[in-house]
Amino acid sequence: MAEERKKNLSRRDFLKTSGIATGTLLGGGLIGGLVGYNVKRTNVAEPETKTEAQKTETFKGRMFFTNNKDFNTLSQATERIFPKDDLGPGAIDLGVPYFIDNQLAGNYGNNTKEYMQGPFFAGEATQGYQSRLTRAEIFSQGIAKLNEEATKRFKKSFSELEGNQMDEILTDFQKDKIKMTAVSSAFFFRLLRQATLEGAYADPIYNGNNNMDAWRMKGFPGHQASYINVIENKEFQKIDPKSVSSMMH
Amino acid sequence: MAKTLDKVDVVTVGVGWTGGIIAAECAKAGLKVLGLERGKERGTEDYLMVHDEFRYAIRYELMQDLSKETITFRNNRKQRALPMRQMGSFLLGENLGGSGTHWNGHTWRFLPYDFEIKSMTEKKYGKDKIPKDYFVRDWGITYDELEPYFDKFEKTAGISGDGKNPFEGKRSSDYPTPPMKKTPILKKFEEATTNLGYHPFMLPSANLSEKYKNPDGETINACQYCGFCERFGCEYGAKTSPEITVIPTARKTGNYDIRFHANVTEVLKKGDKVTGVKFIDRVSGEEFIQPADVVVLTSYVMNNAKLLMVSGIGEQYDPETGRGTLGKNYCYQILPGATGFFDEQMNVFMGAGSLGMTIDDFNGDNFDHSDLDFIHGASLSLTQTGARPIQTNPVPPDTPTWGAEFKKASIHNYTRTLNVSGQGASMPHKENYLSLDSNYKDAYGVPLLQMTYNFTDQDKALHKYLTSKTEEIMKEMGAKTVVPGNPLTDYDIVPYQTTHNVGGTTMGSEPDTSVVNNYLQHWDAENLFVVGAGNFPHNSGYNPTGTVGALAYRCAEGIIKYSKNGGSLV
Ligand SMILES: Cc1cc2nc3c(=O)[nH]c(=O)nc-3n(C[C@H](O)[C@H](O)[C@H](O)COP(=O)(O)OP(=O)(O)OC[C@H]3O[C@@H](n4cnc5c(N)ncnc54)[C@H](O)[C@@H]3O)c2cc1C
Ligand code: SF4
Repeated sequence: MAEERKKNLSRRDFLKTSGIATGTLLGGGLIGGLVGYNVKRTNVAEPETKTEAQKTETFKGRMFFTNNKDFNTLSQATERIFPKDDLGPGAIDLGVPYFIDNQLAGNYGNNTKEYMQGPFFAGEATQGYQSRLTRAEIFSQGIAKLNEEATKRFKKSFSELEGNQMDEILTDFQKDKIKMTAVSSAFFFRLLRQATLEGAYADPIYNGNNNMDAWRMKGFPGHQASYINVIENKEFQKIDPKSVSSMMH
Repeated sequence: MAKTLDKVDVVTVGVGWTGGIIAAECAKAGLKVLGLERGKERGTEDYLMVHDEFRYAIRYELMQDLSKETITFRNNRKQRALPMRQMGSFLLGENLGGSGTHWNGHTWRFLPYDFEIKSMTEKKYGKDKIPKDYFVRDWGITYDELEPYFDKFEKTAGISGDGKNPFEGKRSSDYPTPPMKKTPILKKFEEATTNLGYHPFMLPSANLSEKYKNPDGETINACQYCGFCERFGCEYGAKTSPEITVIPTARKTGNYDIRFHANVTEVLKKGDKVTGVKFIDRVSGEEFIQPADVVVLTSYVMNNAKLLMVSGIGEQYDPETGRGTLGKNYCYQILPGATGFFDEQMNVFMGAGSLGMTIDDFNGDNFDHSDLDFIHGASLSLTQTGARPIQTNPVPPDTPTWGAEFKKASIHNYTRTLNVSGQGASMPHKENYLSLDSNYKDAYGVPLLQMTYNFTDQDKALHKYLTSKTEEIMKEMGAKTVVPGNPLTDYDIVPYQTTHNVGGTTMGSEPDTSVVNNYLQHWDAENLFVVGAGNFPHNSGYNPTGTVGALAYRCAEGIIKYSKNGGSLV
């Protein structure tokens, strides 16, 4: 407990000093807000208030997948990529499936910022993404294929398989051994792997990285205003992470 | 029917570093300047919530909207060129400030050797040192001639440095601000390179070490080492960028306007002069003609080349015949490097875009090339830019790329991994060039720019040699496992490498080999100027913007002279 208090104290100290350092910067409301928020968030990290915080309801929901079977397949596949272990939660507990679902319903899924004019040709690996399909379409097809393979090989849906059975199928996707239409299974696997890491480690405002636990596992402090006062320290700095959402309160 | 607007003295296409510098200097000199920027207005107030890796670094919030425009790419002439459908190898800018908003801020002066590379190489190693398929040549300007403009850019930007690089060109003044903080991670590199007999120094930085007021009266704040720098805007106004320096300077004069959402589609030419530009308002869809006495292309390497091509200004380079200069000498960079895995945890998540130490012992001709099968080299640096968790998942070789083992190893090594990496200079080659694509068009019906590019033998040899140097340094730094980068194969547009594209609209002393003269004035149209890294006939072992900034100041001087006297400036 004494140790805990010391940590909080030094953290608060650090934030205060860094607040002073930043306070001189823009000479306006902007930094004022920043400093205020820092102090408040420090309090939230203390045990009593944390219980308060945990009571807050979250409203995660599906925006893209329409049925449980597909969503469960996605969930299990991401969990195989980033599993729960003694270090901490895996993809499912981190909310990664919700993160991916939500992304697929938005700009990412619809390729809003990508050049999607034809004609489409397969191209060389060095030429990158050349599919006529949007990412949402690639995921829909990929998930269906995962289930198809599961049924074909083990007469079960993907999410009902044993871990090693799932891995066998995922590995074949990764090695491009599964036939997909207008996209390669290796490309789908790369998207799935990348999206899983994004969901695990993105700011929790995107509905993954629940409770910032993935950041905690990794020792990444998320959003911090400034490191100017600690960056020359030799010791590794354990800093409780913060989300950019904390700037809204 | 396009609507014709009132004429201005100077119109710039795009408002990043080059557009901003031209605007500031010309507007101060009393010229009426209009900047046409395809993107939107933005500034420091928009970066308050910027500490968000996912939105900015992964989803490229601040960068070009590729659905409207991209390039096509092929490795060689036999391949079919296909669109770069999503951002990868380089990150193109858009909106006020261009890539000057989300750059790192490493700010270099190219070496004296760079500007006279052909003469100096031949003098020292003989005429056969450069194989004939490499279009290596002098720039038509010397370092000494460009020095005052380097000085001016550094003072505008307030660059922080220690001045301890024994290999850099002569400086007329010290860095405007002292170096950044030397962290324990940087000290590891300093100690190792010193032990090996090299000459480490602090990387010249546009993340300022202290609050600074530039000669135009603009204030740049002190860096907070927040770790969200490259690919992000700075919420403190501490990373020198066009929006906090040259653009406000230009605006203060009352002689400068920017029109946003204005996508330029053509440069209009009549006889041996240009008359203005055509643009489309992205919001209303209307087409306009903007007449101007001087047109300046400041739209980055890609669109500068593309606009000349679609407007039929200059002769397109043809690798078959060797004729033409437009699109020629396109170069990129190569990144030799080594990763080291350590036992102890380090504060890798703290940092700044340009926080680093460098050695130049293997850059330019700072080392003997007599027995080497390449020319030039690379600056080798260790940077502490702020490692972020989505992008940084280092695992030792033979670790699977997913699953339980991957998770453990990537989490363990995140805070225990460092990189030493070089920016290898790439030399222009006959088969590497830019042209227009005949199949794909942008959102306005204009052909896309086509890139034909691959790494050359020179690149591969340089990469191999310098990779081994980075490996030695990493070993000396005490890493328990050192993993050198893979040997260079074909250029791949997918993984991010650098946004240091150069060439295509080169400068030079003769119209036969270059597109613009050494004031960046077009050889075929005296009131047309083309500014950017596209002016470089080859790439160096550094980031480009210091040299781009210097060239932009030189160009502005030329434009002001031209507006008084007309004619060719050389
Ligand atoms: C992630 C990243 C990190 C970098 N780090 C460094 C670094 O550390 N050091 C360094 O030296 N360099 C760095 N660079 C490169 C540096 O950003 C560029 O060299 C520099 O910004 C180029 O300036 P510019 O004015 O030529 O082009 P830009 O800054 O790209 O500006 C061009 C502007 O023109 C506009 N435009 C383009 N086409 C049109 C059109 N048709 N009509 C109207 N407007 C148009 C664009 O929207 C843009 O705003 C980095 C780049 C990136 C992306
Ligand atoms: S590292 Fe420094 S310059 Fe870069 S964004 Fe953070 S405070 Fe600004």
